[in-house]
Amino acid sequence: MTEYNFAYLDEQTKRMIRRAILKGLAIPGYQVPFASREMPMPYGWGTGGVQVSAAVLTPDDTLKVIDQGADDTTNAVSIRRFFQRTAGVAVTEKTTEASVIQTRHRIPEQALRADQIIVYQVPIPEPLRFLEPSEVETRKMHALEDYGLMHVKLYEDISQHGAIATAYAYPVKIEGRYVMDPSPIPKFDNPKLEMAAIQLFGAGREQRIYALPPYTKVVSLDFDDYPFQPSKADHCCAICGSTTSYLDELITDDAGGRMFICSDTDYCATRVEDAG
Amino acid sequence: MTPLLQVENLAKFYGARIGCTDVSFDLYPGEVMGIVGESGSGKSTLLNCLAGHLPPDRGAVRFDTRTDGLRDTVTMSEPERRMLGRTDWAFVHQHARDGLRMNVSAGGNVGERLMAVNARHYGDIRSSAIDWLGRVEITADRIDDRPTAFSGGMQQRLQIARNLVTGPRLVFMDEPTGGLDVSVQARLLDLLRGLVRDMGLSAIIVTHDLAVVRLLADRLMVMKDGHVVETGLTDQVLDDPQHGYTQLLVSSVLQV
Amino acid sequence: MISVENVSKNFVLHNQGGTTIPVMAGASLHVAKGECVALVGASGAGKSTLMRMIYGNYLTAAGRIMVGDVDVAQAAPREVIALRRRTLGYVSQFLRVVPRVPTLDVVAEPLLLTGTGQEQARAQAAELLARLNIPERLWGLSPTTFSGGEQQRVNIARGFAFAYPALLLDEPTASLDPTNRAVVLGMIKEAKARGAAIIGIFHDHAARDDICDRQVDVTRFTPGLAA
Repeated sequence: MTEYNFAYLDEQTKRMIRRAILKGLAIPGYQVPFASREMPMPYGWGTGGVQVSAAVLTPDDTLKVIDQGADDTTNAVSIRRFFQRTAGVAVTEKTTEASVIQTRHRIPEQALRADQIIVYQVPIPEPLRFLEPSEVETRKMHALEDYGLMHVKLYEDISQHGAIATAYAYPVKIEGRYVMDPSPIPKFDNPKLEMAAIQLFGAGREQRIYALPPYTKVVSLDFDDYPFQPSKADHCCAICGSTTSYLDELITDDAGGRMFICSDTDYCATRVEDAG
Repeated sequence: MTPLLQVENLAKFYGARIGCTDVSFDLYPGEVMGIVGESGSGKSTLLNCLAGHLPPDRGAVRFDTRTDGLRDTVTMSEPERRMLGRTDWAFVHQHARDGLRMNVSAGGNVGERLMAVNARHYGDIRSSAIDWLGRVEITADRIDDRPTAFSGGMQQRLQIARNLVTGPRLVFMDEPTGGLDVSVQARLLDLLRGLVRDMGLSAIIVTHDLAVVRLLADRLMVMKDGHVVETGLTDQVLDDPQHGYTQLLVSSVLQV
Repeated sequence: MISVENVSKNFVLHNQGGTTIPVMAGASLHVAKGECVALVGASGAGKSTLMRMIYGNYLTAAGRIMVGDVDVAQAAPREVIALRRRTLGYVSQFLRVVPRVPTLDVVAEPLLLTGTGQEQARAQAAELLARLNIPERLWGLSPTTFSGGEQQRVNIARGFAFAYPALLLDEPTASLDPTNRAVVLGMIKEAKARGAAIIGIFHDHAARDDICDRQVDVTRFTPGLAA
């Protein structure tokens, strides 16, 4: 612990990030610019999430890190080790035991509590980016609530695929004001965005932080005649048998064999334990 | 009768250079006004000041809003001006690619303005789009094609449909037939004439093509070096020009 | 209905050293409802100029030109446009239309502009074209490709489509064959009968004598030419 300041970042940087987080919480869904630091990992590996986690961690916290719902993938393991080493905090794979959860692309199946914080890694924070390349223009559009373009994207989906084909990073409107990218979580997770825990979103390369206070109203955009539908594979988990959790599809052989299993490894393991 | 647009002493400077200055006129509902002049005469600067794309340095542009009557759009807040821009106003660019989203289907392009004013029923948006594509002579089976697959004339017609779908009352046009083949121009001119007549639109058309204004505009404003040198009934200004510059302009037109 | 009072006009040629050419002075003329007046005088005396001034196509330097209750010499463009739409018709010698627009629509346009429905306007236009012996197979084509006589008849059909209370006719029977000439003269007489005030220029003296109630020699309004 002598080599690093607590949680790697210096105290001034953490204060700066905390100010951005507080501003984000005060204006839910608004993208707060912050001075993102170089981190000892490449962009795209969660540098935004790591900086946010570093700023909110205290020595008493218990950290859980997941990548696509799993605790045991490279990205999750490296980040967990990073904080073990630089902050010395306790770590866990149990959703219920964690006080801070950093995630990439999933929300745990287990409902989160008011004493928990979930930190999302965000690659592209701007939901309008692929429709309007100019950052100057998109910021103006947010400021003026000029969101017609967002529905153009959904319109295009329906006209091309007969349904809203956006399956992840499905845009949401926060408290009837800001349109927000919930990070690339599957749209199955969108309804969970109204939760008891504090939700923080960090985009390192794009230098943006945004946040949702507990129980913020989050509405997935849709059309009256094509309402939003959270979807999942129409199967049950091959391991724990869950019919309600989000499933990953695994190809098991070259003959087209496949199986569906829970994407949330802790949820799946807990169910198996409880059953056994 | 209240004018739809009332312009008073409008001026825009680029440093010491004059963009346009001392421009005043009233435009009444259903009127089509042409602004002619050579490149650099200030006609595009004026149009952009009128449409809220450029902040003028002086003067007022009052528009007869549906709810509050005449309001100065120069001092209006940006959200209000944008709201006008997607409801009561339309802007047809010379180059369709400036006025269209080239990576969005024709239907999406037409539907955008509807969705911007909170249309949230896909079926309704789509039938409006089909209706408007029909009015500009684009068949319904092209609704899901992108404008990149359209000819120049079709793109321009699509731009017009996209602009008129919300039933605007004032249309700004910047060289709407510029860059098109002569035969395509004729069709577009006839289309515009019909739409203006049937919808009772008011329009301000900037062009350097005197034949275009003769066919489209009721009134004409001639600009030179940022100043308005002559105004009047279109055929009167063209057939009996009073100002030396207008006389030169009219006499310079090549006869076919 | 039409009242020209002490009207004058000059042309100033700015690009030719500011040369001022006085073309009309002290012109006065009154036409009552149901009356047809012919403008006469040598070529260049200003017949067409006066007619264009009444239509608002040429600016008037001084004097009054009342058509109904509008002073064309003073009126704002939109007032002149309203006047042309519902009160004052003009059959010029030249047809000016958007290329590629079908003849039927060209003729129907004055009716559409005054609020007649599409169907009705087209039916009336068809009736006029038939009367003027424009073969039906040409109705769907643009008149820009027509012969001089055909264009002239399309122009007349367009000018007579709406029942204007005042009409200006510039050589309406020129380049017409006897049959069509008779049709046009019939139409002018009908307009007179319904009370239209008409001012015309006719080189066709027989036609002029047939339909005009009196003649006004514009030579006396021409500066330098008047005695």
